[in-house]
Amino acid sequence: MKILVPVKRVIDYNVKVRIKQDGSDVDLSNTKMSINPFCEIAVEEALRLREAGTASEVIAVCIGPKIVKEQILAALAMGADRAIRIDVEEQPEPLVIARLLAKVAEQEDAGLIMMGKQAIDSDNNQVGQMLAGIMGRPQGTFASVVKIEGDEALVTREVDGGLQTVALKLPAIVTADLRLNEPRFTKLPDIMKAKRKPIAETTAADLGVEVTSTQQQLSVAAPATRQAGIKVASVDELVDKLKNEAKVI
Amino acid sequence: MKTLVIASHNNATLSPVTLAAVSAALKIGASFDIFVAGKGCAAVAEEAAKVDGVSAVLVADHDALAYQGAENLAATLQANAEGYSHIVAPATSVMKDALPRLAALLGVGQISDITGVNGEAEFVRPIYAGNAIATVTSSDAVKVITVRTSAFDAAPTGAGTGAITAVDNAVDCGLSRVVSEEIAQSERPELASASIVVSGGRGVGSEENFALIEKLADRLNAALGASRAAVDAGFIGNDHQVGQTGKIVAPDLYVAVGISGAIQHLAGMQGSKVIVAINKDPDAPIYEVADYGLVGDLHDLVPELEAKLASVL
Repeated sequence: MKILVPVKRVIDYNVKVRIKQDGSDVDLSNTKMSINPFCEIAVEEALRLREAGTASEVIAVCIGPKIVKEQILAALAMGADRAIRIDVEEQPEPLVIARLLAKVAEQEDAGLIMMGKQAIDSDNNQVGQMLAGIMGRPQGTFASVVKIEGDEALVTREVDGGLQTVALKLPAIVTADLRLNEPRFTKLPDIMKAKRKPIAETTAADLGVEVTSTQQQLSVAAPATRQAGIKVASVDELVDKLKNEAKVI
Repeated sequence: MKTLVIASHNNATLSPVTLAAVSAALKIGASFDIFVAGKGCAAVAEEAAKVDGVSAVLVADHDALAYQGAENLAATLQANAEGYSHIVAPATSVMKDALPRLAALLGVGQISDITGVNGEAEFVRPIYAGNAIATVTSSDAVKVITVRTSAFDAAPTGAGTGAITAVDNAVDCGLSRVVSEEIAQSERPELASASIVVSGGRGVGSEENFALIEKLADRLNAALGASRAAVDAGFIGNDHQVGQTGKIVAPDLYVAVGISGAIQHLAGMQGSKVIVAINKDPDAPIYEVADYGLVGDLHDLVPELEAKLASVL
């Protein structure tokens, strides 16, 4: 079984977000970029399934201009066997991304698509679900445990009230939550090895997908900031403030 | 122009977060219906019919919708979507799972987790873990939207006279099945809609010590929250996690105990009206957002606070 793992290039999760002066967008110039942390967890899970003998090959797929090769190499250094880059100038909308991934998944005959539940830049949490809908496949979102048994994937999901385990008929789409695993660190020899792994390139036109857009970002603003309050000296003072000043108890 | 609001429920009662989604719908336009998809959910439909201003309540009551799994829920909603300009749902785990799938089936985009409505096609939503606020427009024929419920007040209910109509076109895709569920049963208020939340972090130290946090929560009739660190450490279940990828809360009072204040946690609670922080580190980032900070050992301070609250409440 082949596992397809989409990876996205995003701002590194440790970097403080800056807004452009003109309020048009977030300023990503001279900013450290990384693999989206949820995508990294998905790569790790795919590798573990391959190492357990459940999967035969792990294919990373990344959508973006040449620069996303940095994130492709990171996925290959972790251990993905090969990669596909879909060349686009700008990041398409989630529905278009899902359509592109559906085409690649069909071409590769992927048995499992293992991906992050959301990207930490746009925070959309959409592509996995859209991809499953387009392909007419089952979906296991927000996964904290993934097991393959026969022709089913058993996925334990983190839901509002607790945990839910679903059985999905393969092929299926699974989206990773934070507690699925701890991604491995890559070692220098792995990074050297990654540079020799194949990266195929394709385009939206090759895949027969029209890059359309129905959403427009009008402006981006900094959130309202909270003022730091005061330090109280004792529990008595805290209770007094909550009761008589804030009036919340 | 008419909006379809998807009800959040457990087949027995309508979740109050549905009313926040109704508030968002009312800012889009006056006319809305409510869709109830479930199994044995007649009582939910009765409740939904009482929401002020609702035109109709559509009920799909079917075995295939018992758990509101995304595959069957999205397909059922698709079959009933005609005539609606907007489809709006609270951003619960069920809806975050199903709505993007529905959008894809309808061939449209989704606007996730909105915190504001500027008309029928313009919406406000946080990005980058709430570190930036985007204003976006959509030109899709049907606008599929999930709502950050903490950002909207509950719409009034009780005076509605919606007509309840059963729909018989529920879809069973046969793609997945639920094997098991571990759903926490609690007498405490629901985290997403509670007016007071008491949360514990890594500083609490152990699963046993979390009893201190629980006792304080119970004293305040509060919901119980946690930071990711506390959940990862196994002190408490994932369903209590507050933050960027957990639950987003905005209660009147948020008490953060032993929580340092990572930006991912702040993203989940900084909309709270009043924030109290109890931490032994006076330089913890949580104090930058706290209205009242108390520095010291939580193991002494929390029982003291609990005891003193008992005498004033």
